[in-house]
Amino acid sequence: MSAGPGAAPAIQVRGLAKSFKDLDVLRGVDLDVARGSIVALLGSNGAGKTTIVRIIATLLRPDAGTATVAGHDAVTEAGAVREAISLTGQFTAVDEVLTGRENLVLVGRLRHVPDPSATADALLERFSLTDAAGRRVGTYSGGMRRRLDIAMSLVGDPQVIVLDEPTTGLDPQGRNEVWQAVRALAAQGTTVLLTTQYLEEAEALADRIAILHGGQIIVDGTLAELKQLLPPATVEYVEKQPTLEEVFLAVVGEERA
Amino acid sequence: MTTHAIGDTTTLLGRSLRHVSRSPDTIITTAVMPIAFLLLFVYVFGGAIDSGSDSYVTYLLPGILLITIASGVSYTAYRLFLDMQGGLFERFHSMPITRSSVLWAHVLTSLVANLVSLVLVVAVATLMGFRSSATPADWLAVLGILVLFTLALTWLAVVAGLSATSVDGASAFSYPLILLPFVSSAFVPTDTMPGPVRWFAEHQPVTSIVDALRNLLTGVPVGPEIWVALAWCVGILAVAYLVARITYRRRIAG
Repeated sequence: MSAGPGAAPAIQVRGLAKSFKDLDVLRGVDLDVARGSIVALLGSNGAGKTTIVRIIATLLRPDAGTATVAGHDAVTEAGAVREAISLTGQFTAVDEVLTGRENLVLVGRLRHVPDPSATADALLERFSLTDAAGRRVGTYSGGMRRRLDIAMSLVGDPQVIVLDEPTTGLDPQGRNEVWQAVRALAAQGTTVLLTTQYLEEAEALADRIAILHGGQIIVDGTLAELKQLLPPATVEYVEKQPTLEEVFLAVVGEERA
Repeated sequence: MTTHAIGDTTTLLGRSLRHVSRSPDTIITTAVMPIAFLLLFVYVFGGAIDSGSDSYVTYLLPGILLITIASGVSYTAYRLFLDMQGGLFERFHSMPITRSSVLWAHVLTSLVANLVSLVLVVAVATLMGFRSSATPADWLAVLGILVLFTLALTWLAVVAGLSATSVDGASAFSYPLILLPFVSSAFVPTDTMPGPVRWFAEHQPVTSIVDALRNLLTGVPVGPEIWVALAWCVGILAVAYLVARITYRRRIAG
């Protein structure tokens, strides 16, 4: 927190390269995530989104290039980066045998927060998990697990949150729950980098969108800027049919909305 | 940072002990097979086995204790594998904690769970007529050897858990360990075995460890075999620990 807001970007990636055997996954990736913004990293399956995320989160060493988080290098100052960042991986990383509350207290202890118990209660409340707090996570629904997963990432108020495909495999309701959680994060001023393969997700959440293709960021800008890359819009009249998703949500009723 | 290392290990130990206490069947299944062997060998085969000792259950117990440990450590490989698969490892590794505490928590859990299983097995053996003339110092030595043996096999289990590609593979490594006591002095004296088998039995770790434990438990003065037994335990422990560290580093380096 040494630099003030608007100073160095929360995440700065320069010339990142990584190969697995003879497969060049990343070939010179540059990416900036400004403090307090939400940036979506968009790419198809296998584009290398997770590889970037793992390097930023100190889980993988790059072959070349640098990644810094809050001004600290992910390779040489991994400890400082781990203090600043929190990763919610592609696969929900919760302990199924423990209860939701125990999961949060566990992370609180490992992050050495002053009062793990109070931190856990506050997050349970914030993610509407208070009723399920005493139940084993094995009994949770997909959406609840993901919410707990994200809540676990927020223990200790890290400056930067990285969400790797947070809504993959969730039903529409679960997805909306996660979207709300991400928006709430941004409202608090937390920096969020999220990866997704869903265009609408990037459109719904992100301040800036970076498209990863062929091992490089080929486009990086706001939604408005990205839209300008297309030929000017033409006006056509199309009858608006409700999407199946809208029907589904209307019929099921969004209890948590 | 060492205080953090101990604190982190304690926190993670608490987590995995909770896993054990919420599925006590893991301790019971660990104890059931050795107890079944104990019953089978004492009441079915025992009458026909000439062990040269007054009480076959007393003769048999040391080997059964080693089998208990060998079957118990497979749960360490199993839990470790599940942690890695579920992404919890990645979460822990992306947090500011001492990384080795992740492994130590599993190892210490194995130690606690195996000691509980061992107490169960000794209790059943006592009901079946096991009696010991060991002094408190002898018992302490027995405990020391069992702890060393558990740590040695647990670090082997860590290697298996870290390098496994399936749940079945994670625990399969323990089968040969469970069988090893059968080709040793655990069930019958080695002198009746044919040449090459006898040579193997007399030079593999289980025989010296079993002999040392048996002498301690029956109040026979321990000879040089206890040093051989300790050397095996410490040697396996050192090698397994080193290989586990290397495997771990390779695993988390991606």
